[in-house]
Amino acid sequence: MDTGSAETAGNTVGSTATEPVWTGLPPGLLRMRRLLLVVWLGLLTIVLGVLLAVFAGAVWAAFALLPFALLVWGWGMLGRNWRSWRYAERADDLLISRGVLFREETVVPYGRMQLVEVTSGPVERHFGLASVQLHTAAAATDACIPGLDPTEAERLRDRLTELGEARSAGL
Amino acid sequence: MNTPAPGAEDAIREQKPLVERRLHPVTPFRRAWAPVAVVAGWAVHDPNQAQEQLTRLTTTALLIGLAVIVPAAALYGFLSWWFTHFAVTETELRIRTGLLFRRTAHIRLDRLQAVDVTQPLLARVAGVTKLKLDVIGTDKKDELAYLGEDEARALRAELLARAAGLAPETAHEVGEAPVRQLLHVPAGFLAVSLVLTGATWGSLAAALVVPPFLWFATHSVWTVLATGVPLLGAAGASSVGRFVGEYDWTVGESPDGLRIDHGLLDRTHETVPPGRVQTVRIVEPLLWRRRGWVRVELDVAGSSNSVLVPVAPREVAESVIARVLPGVTVPSALSRPPRRAWWCVPLWWRGYGLAVTDTVFAARHGLLRRRLSLVPHAKVQSVRLTQGPWERFRGVADIHVDTGANHTVTARLRDAAEAAELLQAQADRSRTGRREARPDRWMA
Repeated sequence: MDTGSAETAGNTVGSTATEPVWTGLPPGLLRMRRLLLVVWLGLLTIVLGVLLAVFAGAVWAAFALLPFALLVWGWGMLGRNWRSWRYAERADDLLISRGVLFREETVVPYGRMQLVEVTSGPVERHFGLASVQLHTAAAATDACIPGLDPTEAERLRDRLTELGEARSAGL
Repeated sequence: MNTPAPGAEDAIREQKPLVERRLHPVTPFRRAWAPVAVVAGWAVHDPNQAQEQLTRLTTTALLIGLAVIVPAAALYGFLSWWFTHFAVTETELRIRTGLLFRRTAHIRLDRLQAVDVTQPLLARVAGVTKLKLDVIGTDKKDELAYLGEDEARALRAELLARAAGLAPETAHEVGEAPVRQLLHVPAGFLAVSLVLTGATWGSLAAALVVPPFLWFATHSVWTVLATGVPLLGAAGASSVGRFVGEYDWTVGESPDGLRIDHGLLDRTHETVPPGRVQTVRIVEPLLWRRRGWVRVELDVAGSSNSVLVPVAPREVAESVIARVLPGVTVPSALSRPPRRAWWCVPLWWRGYGLAVTDTVFAARHGLLRRRLSLVPHAKVQSVRLTQGPWERFRGVADIHVDTGANHTVTARLRDAAEAAELLQAQADRSRTGRREARPDRWMA
């Protein structure tokens, strides 16, 4: 997924324009999301199919294919979305890039981080996943890396706080 | 951690007793209108029943009621005043308050963003003022209301001196810093500018047209009143209200920072220390453009006020901006989005513009009412690039610059390659820009 765009950005003010080392997300997140998708939409397909067959007739049961089609489409979409997520730790800032249809790329300088949190819900914990959320003084920053390995999430949190302290700047 | 936290160290060193002060004795009366308002509100809400109840009230019942309510209210007012203390330490303003629910707020002075001294009309009559420190997270509970006029002025000077990092021994003796006036808006100029504002006429027209229309449609007095009164209120607020609020607008400069004083009935004196301004916006309403007038707004983190200059000729406004953001010149030539961007935002794409100088990121939007936002590179919290499906199809992208005052400045519809380059360059610029920024304690 690496592109050569950093070379063209080489003429920036005094920056060491090296190609950022992108890291993708571990496959655990994709597995979790796909499992949730299959469980919910699979259940919906079966329930809808059975109910329609019993109360409306066998022909109407064909409508149950609708959630099934959604399942198949969503399967592919989740894969594309998961592949689009990536982050890079550079010398002075963190890069997060995501999105397929609506692309978004965020740059957060380490010195601007006010708070780094690692969160993990019950489902995420079951799959051995954790998210890292960064907060700056601007609420709009919205920098979150979901579905990391808990050890990697903790390493990232510790590294970010350490770098943030070293380069700390106020408002 | 082997070393004790800096706070603990301070506490050990700072053994001398803290001088706690109380607010002005007028304070308990500030809420005296509340019971009256409750009774009045009830009477307006349900007039028939109110009249019925009033006729049933005998004089003795009224007297007994008053004999209970007045002392109870007076006691509550007195106790809440008695239990509110504040103290200024070397690094903090401490406010201790609450009778049943105790609340202690320690406001760090080096985090100070602005100081507001306000005087509502009645407080002016009584000779008292409110003082509020703007720190991120403080709200109405953290204002000191009320203080004596001289006390408030002395306290403001002391707080600013301490926040600036002057020696603590001399901090309460430095007094008011001298002010040099930068700009004063004459009343006539302000009135003309409001007459030339579309919003004034729009709200006035709505207030005059909508109620008769509703009358013909429904023939119901209550419907007409329910819509007419708020519309009239809005019309009044946007014309007379703005005139009264922005009357006698004075911007001054002092070693403590920027001074903004305004108001006809309610006086407000705001002080913004150096290096606290996150964003400056130059607003050009359509009818002002031929005359070359502009309005300047600013964002300070944690502060509610957002106007710097209500109206001024462009050159004057730019000279004020040059004082507020040192070393910044307002860029005059902005680059427009590429022509193919009309596909994404028809017509209005022409309003967008961008200029990046070595001190600010400047983005313009709006076609009729043009708004040019300036963000110093040192104030950028994060940079984002977004691209929706339409934009990708036309090869353009948006760049968002987030500042600490929870305001995002967006340069829309830039060429995709340019935007990618801009994203990297802006991140670098904001990092290096911060190194040259002034310290939080601006005189230390």
